[in-house]
Amino acid sequence: MAEEQELHALNLVVNGESQSALVEARVSLADFLRHRLGLTGTHLGCEQGSCGACTVIVDGQAVRSCLMLAVQAEGTDVETVESLAVDGQLSPLQQAFHEHHCLQCGFCTSGFLMSLTARLRHGPVLDEHEAREALSGNLCRCTGYAGMVRALLELSGAAAPAAEHR
Amino acid sequence: MKPRQFEYHRPRRLDEALGLLAEQGEEAKVIAGGQSLIPMLNFRLAAPAHLVDINAVEELGTLTFTPDGVRIGATVRQHALEQAPDAALSYPLLTSALGQVAHLQIRNRGTVCGSLAHADSAAELPATMVALDATMVARSVRGERRIPAREFFEFHLGTALEADELLTAVEVPASPPRSAGTFVELARRAGDFALVGAAAQASFSEGGRVLAAALSCSGVAPTPLLLEEAAAIATGSALEDEVLMEVDQAVRRAVDPPADVHASASYRRVVAGTLARRALGELRATREAHDG
Amino acid sequence: MTLPATSVRTPLVGTGVKRREDRRLLTGKGEFLDDLAFADFLEAAIVRSSVAHARVRSVDVSAAVALPGVAGVFTAADLEELLQDLPPKVTHPDLRPRVRFPIVLDEACYVGEPIAVVVAESRRVAEDAADLVVVDYEPLGVVASTAAALAAGGPVAHLDAEDNVCVRITQRAGEPDAALASAPHVLSETFRISRGGGHSMEGRAVAARYEAATGELTVWDATQAPHYARQQLAVLYGLTEDRIRVIAPTDVGGGFGPKAQFYGEEVLIPYLAMRLERPIKWIEDRWENFVSAAMERTQTHRVEVGFDEEGHLLVLKDVFEHDQGAYCLGLQVPTITMSTLPGPYVIPNIHSELVSCYTNMAPTSSLRGAGRPQAVTVMERMVDRVAEHLGLAPEEVRRRNLIPADAFPYRVGLLFRDGSPLTYDSGNYPGLLDGALARIDLAAFRAEQTEARKAGRFLGVGIAMCVEGTGLGPYEGARVRLTNFGRILVTLAAAPQGQGYQTVYAQLAADALGVDFDLVDVRHGDTANIPFGQGTFGSRVTANAAPAVHDACRQLAADLRKAAAMLLGVDAEEIEIAGDAAVLRSDPEQRATLLELTRHYNVGRHGMAVKPGSPVGLERTAYFTPERAAYSSAINVAVIEVDAETGLVTLLRTILGHDCGTVLNPLLVDGQVYGGFAHGVGNALYEEMHYDEEGTPLTVSYLDYALPGALELVTPELFHQETPSPLNPLGVKGTGESGTIPTPAAIANAVEDALRPFGARITTLPLTPPRVLGALGVTG
Repeated sequence: MAEEQELHALNLVVNGESQSALVEARVSLADFLRHRLGLTGTHLGCEQGSCGACTVIVDGQAVRSCLMLAVQAEGTDVETVESLAVDGQLSPLQQAFHEHHCLQCGFCTSGFLMSLTARLRHGPVLDEHEAREALSGNLCRCTGYAGMVRALLELSGAAAPAAEHR
Repeated sequence: MKPRQFEYHRPRRLDEALGLLAEQGEEAKVIAGGQSLIPMLNFRLAAPAHLVDINAVEELGTLTFTPDGVRIGATVRQHALEQAPDAALSYPLLTSALGQVAHLQIRNRGTVCGSLAHADSAAELPATMVALDATMVARSVRGERRIPAREFFEFHLGTALEADELLTAVEVPASPPRSAGTFVELARRAGDFALVGAAAQASFSEGGRVLAAALSCSGVAPTPLLLEEAAAIATGSALEDEVLMEVDQAVRRAVDPPADVHASASYRRVVAGTLARRALGELRATREAHDG
Repeated sequence: MTLPATSVRTPLVGTGVKRREDRRLLTGKGEFLDDLAFADFLEAAIVRSSVAHARVRSVDVSAAVALPGVAGVFTAADLEELLQDLPPKVTHPDLRPRVRFPIVLDEACYVGEPIAVVVAESRRVAEDAADLVVVDYEPLGVVASTAAALAAGGPVAHLDAEDNVCVRITQRAGEPDAALASAPHVLSETFRISRGGGHSMEGRAVAARYEAATGELTVWDATQAPHYARQQLAVLYGLTEDRIRVIAPTDVGGGFGPKAQFYGEEVLIPYLAMRLERPIKWIEDRWENFVSAAMERTQTHRVEVGFDEEGHLLVLKDVFEHDQGAYCLGLQVPTITMSTLPGPYVIPNIHSELVSCYTNMAPTSSLRGAGRPQAVTVMERMVDRVAEHLGLAPEEVRRRNLIPADAFPYRVGLLFRDGSPLTYDSGNYPGLLDGALARIDLAAFRAEQTEARKAGRFLGVGIAMCVEGTGLGPYEGARVRLTNFGRILVTLAAAPQGQGYQTVYAQLAADALGVDFDLVDVRHGDTANIPFGQGTFGSRVTANAAPAVHDACRQLAADLRKAAAMLLGVDAEEIEIAGDAAVLRSDPEQRATLLELTRHYNVGRHGMAVKPGSPVGLERTAYFTPERAAYSSAINVAVIEVDAETGLVTLLRTILGHDCGTVLNPLLVDGQVYGGFAHGVGNALYEEMHYDEEGTPLTVSYLDYALPGALELVTPELFHQETPSPLNPLGVKGTGESGTIPTPAAIANAVEDALRPFGARITTLPLTPPRVLGALGVTG
């Protein structure tokens, strides 16, 4: 048994459900979500805030859950990737990701979905440059972002760039 | 990469927070946004025994625009300032710099004051505050200190704050009418720490002449570098091309940058001059667009 | 396409079927190793050498062991039985390997090498304990570059070595010395390509559980090669392979090569699970990934090209240094560089000379491209120099030298990495060149470039072509079984990291059997489910596993028809498979469903006889053994702009033409090319792993090591050409690396093209802004 570490009471809402727990202060929100609540859809790629795989939505804003202590989420409203599909129905963003082959290994996908869900709540992307800006806070090592650009433009009703497979 | 253990405090009042800092001194670190501190904790490059989380201290969260200037409380998020209705119009250098800080997801949590207290020599906000001649408001149990931004930054990751002091706000003076400002940087990728950055602020006469100008650079020294000679050259001019070239040369003379794996000293020197020239060129273009 | 369908429904192969894998990954139900329900597992943290080269005099774990929550701290002294060599994957008769133990015994040879393993109740406690381990280092001389490795009188990377040479290999075709001496023109250059890492978004991970009651060891390993891992563990532990099960989890977050190597951690963690009789997991964090996962790329090439007045390449001579790092994980990369060098060109005289060196940096091995981008950079840069020298268009010089479309199979004159004569099976390189040139109006671009220069804007265009050996042997296999629920289960040994096996192999099996796509399940990467496999790397799985799946399905289809025929009392030729049943072609109402077939012939009815000759046990296994590699090819035409005052390079447009033979799923193939392209851009402009002269890694976070994000990339305009491979019945070739391989060369060519008025010479990658300004002579 590890030395008695001070535990802090944590109360927050995750995906619409109230959660209460006792946590060590040094546990990140990401580790809390993954290992205490079993919401393993959020992933850890760097623990430095650079890759974005851990992105969740806290009080309506996309943030890095690796750069928040769980205790700092006290009293907040957290949304993770598990909240996007409702009654088994994929959200339009998830569906567009599927249609446009926006994922390969899938490790970075939840981070993108949460960043983009937050972004699209503020309105559509108008052109390819805006699409790339919306994507720029997350890293993908598999897809080259090509499908994601198309997916965002389609969702926003904008014109798609270069031709697909010929 | 998990942090070492620490005791975590979440005071609700400023005097509580200051009391904790007085008690713990060097053993305590303040956490607000955590976007600079938590990576260091994760790498175990920082291992304070105590973390004082100031996010619950309400009075630190105020963002106040007045005719005299803007006061940015310690827990005001970078994105909140960037998006504030009055910000882009009245403080274009600030919003220009903010838009280039990391990525949106970082700016949603990271605080303006946090970036200033962290004092990374490559960061945008310290150089911006130096150009804007802002004032840092520091508090401790011993009272309040008002420190000019131009005296606040002491070395890379080091400021004039004492161990028991908290940066409670930064105050940026209002610019005269007919002012323009911009931040220009050279980063390899969008959102990276810049290799070199230039903050430019100027106010203009009716005839389009520079009444007053300020130029500072990030990434060329351990602290933001205020370029007074270059600013003097710009003052009184209409930022003509020849003047911009003179500014470029003056900046190159003024800087003595470090070399590291990313760039040589010579590279940073050349680019500092170029960016200063381009930043002023943007101000001229903004002025010309306004004047029609 | 040589796939006759067994029924008349529309073939799925060749269509962009969307992925089955997506739903679980989109909804947060992925099954990556650290997502699996291992709550009762202990966690490990590794104490790693902080010095690049040192004698380890002692390791004091006493404080660490005493920390509450720690189950144990282990060093080499506790693990003597594991101190066996982990051999290189690809060797050569002249290779001089250095013994590589899973854990440091008394000499640490790179920063990041494992020195001790802490096992504790959580990762954070394990790291707390790791901080308390005290290592007494006696620093030794450090070799921090290949130049230092080869310098006379310099330090040795390993104390027991005479020098730092891993291997010297020379290959020759024709008479290169004579040809160089007599060539009308000779140009030379030195190219340097920097070290980089794979940086899959998920790092490495190993978990293990030992069942003492049965003696079975289960290892979950985010590896590209579970069967290779099992084989190594069996040898190292002295266990029969059947007692060890290695599972690559259903989801592995990217591989790209570094996860195909075999590491000390894969030996240590399962062993400690057995020793402690407690399950243990180790999840590599990003810092560890930066310092100790295999890297790639560092090479220095000194090349000479001899040519005639028309730009015909007469001779190519290349001498290059390769950085193996502290140990030789395998000679894949440098030997691939050697055989890739001549590319798509007819070059009658070739001298390719490798000296591979040991250094005190993390070991290197294959990483997407695996030595080919370097070779292509060298060759394609020199082709452009030939063009510049003669005042010819670069595309014209290429056209004059390309292997003609009717020259296949084409013998290059060198040996391939497996010792066989390097032979390209099929291709149409002039077709790729034409295809690319049809998509860009170069004359208009040149006019635009000239105008832009007057305005101080520097646009450039660069071409690069490449040939890529794929589909390496020795084999891959597939089991195809009719399950007890009347479904088809395809089992692959190969383990994916996003390539879409569950989708594309279901397409293939559905077509080959004639069943509904929805009835086919695919599983993979588990040594318990199929005994033999090689792994996913080198763009080899499609070319090997697809023919194996196809073959097994054809055999099973025949069995199913026979089984149905026996049940219905007709001849097998009258039966065809359609949907979920085998039906009488002339009267489809007469049918035996797959469920009925499985009940009769797999599940069986207890004690009831079946007719002699009945095909009981409806399952087939097939392995495909390629005769040799199948050669894909590609072309990249890159249009860029250079800011000549800052050195920043911006991609404007990329045309990528690609030939991977028969395309099984165009959606997935395109995805691979787009993804590979991003790696290529990273290699060209952004990614560089820096070490200082003490061998200390300096770039250990994404703040310093730049991976391309969406704003750094464009979407390539893709076009495909299909020259089927004669080496397998499906005509398929590999595709995973084609986007990467020509890209650094195309961008380098484009930048030199843009800066030609200044005479800038582009010779070092990545082309960071400071390097570009340096090439312009603006900065020192």
